[in-house]
Amino acid sequence: MEKFQTIISTMVPLPIENVDTDQIIPARFLKATTREGFGDNLFADWRYEKDGSLKKDFVLNNPACKGSVLIAGKNFGSGSSREHAAWAIAGYGFQVVISSFFADIFRNNALNNGVLPVVVSESFLSGLFDAVNTNAEASVTVDLQNQKITNNTTGATESFEINSYKKECLLKGFDDIDYLLSKKELILEYELL
Amino acid sequence: MAKTLFDKIWDAHIVSIVENGPTQLYIDRHFCHEVTSPQAFDGLRKRGLKVFRPERTLLTADHNIPTIDQDKPIADPVSRNQVDTLGRNAEEFGLTYFGMLHPRNGIVHVVGPENGYTQPGMTIVCGDSHTSTHGAFGAIAFGIGTSEVEMVLASQCVLQSRPKTMRINFEGALKPGVTAKDMALFMIAELTTGGATGYFAEYAGEAVRNLSMGERLTLCNLSIEMGARGGLIAPDETTFSYLKGRERVPEGEKWDQAISYWKTLKTDEGATFDREITFDVSEIEPMITYGTNPGMGMPINSTIPSLNQIDEAGRVSFQKSLDYMGFKPGDKMIGKPVDYVFLGSCTNGRIEDFRMFANFVKGRKKAENVVVWLVPGSWNVEKQIKDEGLDAILKEAGFELRQPGCSACLAMNEDKVPAGKYAVSTSNRNFEGRQGPGARTLLASPLVAAAAAITGVITDPEKI
Repeated sequence: MEKFQTIISTMVPLPIENVDTDQIIPARFLKATTREGFGDNLFADWRYEKDGSLKKDFVLNNPACKGSVLIAGKNFGSGSSREHAAWAIAGYGFQVVISSFFADIFRNNALNNGVLPVVVSESFLSGLFDAVNTNAEASVTVDLQNQKITNNTTGATESFEINSYKKECLLKGFDDIDYLLSKKELILEYELL
Repeated sequence: MAKTLFDKIWDAHIVSIVENGPTQLYIDRHFCHEVTSPQAFDGLRKRGLKVFRPERTLLTADHNIPTIDQDKPIADPVSRNQVDTLGRNAEEFGLTYFGMLHPRNGIVHVVGPENGYTQPGMTIVCGDSHTSTHGAFGAIAFGIGTSEVEMVLASQCVLQSRPKTMRINFEGALKPGVTAKDMALFMIAELTTGGATGYFAEYAGEAVRNLSMGERLTLCNLSIEMGARGGLIAPDETTFSYLKGRERVPEGEKWDQAISYWKTLKTDEGATFDREITFDVSEIEPMITYGTNPGMGMPINSTIPSLNQIDEAGRVSFQKSLDYMGFKPGDKMIGKPVDYVFLGSCTNGRIEDFRMFANFVKGRKKAENVVVWLVPGSWNVEKQIKDEGLDAILKEAGFELRQPGCSACLAMNEDKVPAGKYAVSTSNRNFEGRQGPGARTLLASPLVAAAAAITGVITDPEKI
């Protein structure tokens, strides 16, 4: 995994609640046996017409909306455990998803793929939506080291939670498997109990 | 100190606790299917690793497999490749594999319990959110992502933050025509689809103790639909008599030892939960969903909420959902036409569900306007259906059985509901496009599904 650094980016707004994993990546795209290529089908049913042409009113198809930060309504990522949802988000180029609430499994999957889910208050979230709706060039700063997020339009800041182990993993680009493999002795001891 | 059932099992599986971080938890049983495992096996190959504890791992193909003509190669080459890849991984890593047409093949969450792989006190994971199903036996069972599948294959452990605990008490007696599915849909409607996020639930109370094993599996299966990582039920005589004699379950003296341990698996008197809720089940009616998440459920005789009953912040999403479904606020559900009926899935694809459906349609005839897919959860369920003569009842009423698999629950095979069509489905998710692009899903119990299959419209099973 790549090391996670402070991000200053414009935002892609998706002001919908309960965005579930079937919307992030529909099941029919889960048949691949590699991790690559899911970004093209991120939000496929909202993004493409049946014939594959772009749906003009969907935010990812609006050339003015770009950046490595997705902002979404509460309870983002509910539903299935498919890590393909995180692969699609990362594959598209998002490094951060901001919402007021995330589903548990999605949050773990995102973290395991170098995507940072940032939980902010409802009011901070609506401040971000306002900023980007007024000016597509509005940006946000996500500082993982200091666990601080800044709305660069209003100057509002908030701190966000992340457990220090996961923070270290992201900052250093480590993954959990490296950690677990380093604990083999403990596992063998446990099995003898 | 008084402990909850969850705490007892969790604490017994702690290998270590990462400083200021998650717990390294030992996993007793790991189930894999074809969709969420190939990249994990690739990861092992890249790192040059073997599966650490092959005997704790079971593979079954279920999501992609067709429900007719399983003796022929899978038509879709991409699906076929994914299933074949699972078989190759089983061989390469020396793992037990119930492939297509194997007599024990079926949906992973049906196969585990019926073959005795799922037992009280265990930690169980699978790259599938409905792993919560296995909690019905008094196990900590939860879904994981593919990176975590790789972790378990490599080390038999996962890193997990300890969830908060919640007890949901179901008191009283169910009304006729009301099932475990209705209890679950009622609970999710009350708590909303994210209402139990961060929690692990224990289901307790008189109404839970009175449920059969099959019904308990249905209730625990839907835990994830309110955001909970899982839900469990303390094992009791119902659990023990289900388990006795199944493959993989201890016998003789070891059975006695197991029982005496399993009997300790209950929440101690005085143990506290982070949250506790009590429902009176005598108030629950047959339920149906009208929207695009499982929390959008209501009593079947009721009406869809009006916009002013919805929180202001949620109105846009609510309206978007109803637009997708082709419904309006205030609509009645009763009498709405139905195009498809699906009985099956890890939620309602067990023998109890087929008995319920068959008993209801006995002596009646299928409505001509409805396409009905009856998909047993496993070959074992299919055999039971035949042994009990239910297939003859179903045939007489105009229904045909298909072959086992996940089928129309998530439409990864050919069983897709066409765009704009309405399906009364006994599965677990009514998300947009879940049963096929544009498909409109109405989640309900096997009884409500049976009533729709007979009348062709949404019908209260108690009023026919």
